[in-house]
Amino acid sequence: MVEVEADLIWEYLKMVEDPEIPILNVIEMGIVRDLTWDEDNKKWHVVITPTYSGCPAMKAIEEDIIEVLAELQVKNVVVDTVLSPPWTTDWMSDEAREKLRSTGIAPPEKGSADKGLLMGKVKDVACPRCASTHTIMVSQFGTTACKALYKCGDCLEPFDYFKCI
Amino acid sequence: MLMEQKEYYLTIADTLLILGQRLSEWCGHGPAIEEDIALSNVALDYIGQATSLYKEIAAKEELGKSEDDYAFLRDAWEYRNVLIVEIPNGDYAKTIARQFVFSTWYYHFLEELEKTNDAFLQGFAQKSIKEVRYHFQHSRDWILRMGCGTEESHRRLQDALNDLWEFTGELMTNSAHEMDAISKGFGVDNVVLKESFDRIVSAVFQEANVTVPADIWMQKGGKEGKHSEHLGFILAEMQFLQRAYPNSKW
Repeated sequence: MVEVEADLIWEYLKMVEDPEIPILNVIEMGIVRDLTWDEDNKKWHVVITPTYSGCPAMKAIEEDIIEVLAELQVKNVVVDTVLSPPWTTDWMSDEAREKLRSTGIAPPEKGSADKGLLMGKVKDVACPRCASTHTIMVSQFGTTACKALYKCGDCLEPFDYFKCI
Repeated sequence: MLMEQKEYYLTIADTLLILGQRLSEWCGHGPAIEEDIALSNVALDYIGQATSLYKEIAAKEELGKSEDDYAFLRDAWEYRNVLIVEIPNGDYAKTIARQFVFSTWYYHFLEELEKTNDAFLQGFAQKSIKEVRYHFQHSRDWILRMGCGTEESHRRLQDALNDLWEFTGELMTNSAHEMDAISKGFGVDNVVLKESFDRIVSAVFQEANVTVPADIWMQKGGKEGKHSEHLGFILAEMQFLQRAYPNSKW
């Protein structure tokens, strides 16, 4: 019974959008790490992890999870936040990356940020519009904590890059 | 929760919160919109990191407190932050100079914190170090740009470093409670970090054509609650709402 309900809740959680990138849900983002049933206290625990420590969307995500599940008659939900293991862009599926590209956000390159970053090595990022790799990083910090600002040297459009972490 | 453990967590959390608060003063005042956004993002990372530490203290103390109690209801002498984070931002060169020395120390500190015996601090370090890589890179880029830029940018950067240098030593010292933490296996020996710090700093400064002020008297005391007058002003602004309207909620 609990197993059946757990499968259902995992499905329901796909209805919770990332408030800052609504094209992706919290499962595709890799924010939901676990779901457990606490028999003693009769509560569901949804375990989430932040993309960035200061991500202002976390509070909204927590509230949305409780609200969406409550509407689907899943009550007694507790959301726990964990830091370990730390979230990485490597957890994003190819499908999620394609969705990002289709909305004009360059998806993260495979492989988390390495030590080369410390000495100013910048990854080649393809423009999400024209696919040119002739792109320039304007700023390592962009419209949200998880994005950097780039500009395409060919189509000249500015774009967001979901940076590796 | 052990007293020395709480003190240790507070030293890290207070340092991050005060630097985050300082950096957020640039919000709306940056020299370019990209920099305004960059420093606000860095501030957000620090405040987020501080929040997770305060939450963990609250959970371990079991006194029914929240992270806000630690941030908003303690006075200056209860704060354990290092002095370098409380001094005013100055011009952009001074803000960047502080970001560079702080991120260099903090990156190496987190590398060691991952190896301690405290499971929470390990997770905290693994998470935070990913963010700090970007902070380091951002400040390093600007050190090079200002150092190798115009005569004025070079002069301003060198002046900033001369002004700041007396506050860098405290990062590489251990207070009494940090010594306790080291002996119990959950603290990082800051003295050991000096070698990596000096190596990175001198390499980048050489490239940027600026010099490291040598043999200077180093200020300390922040980790024991002995602060400059600036912290009082920061707290007066940051804590105003909770002091004037106790228990008000957002």
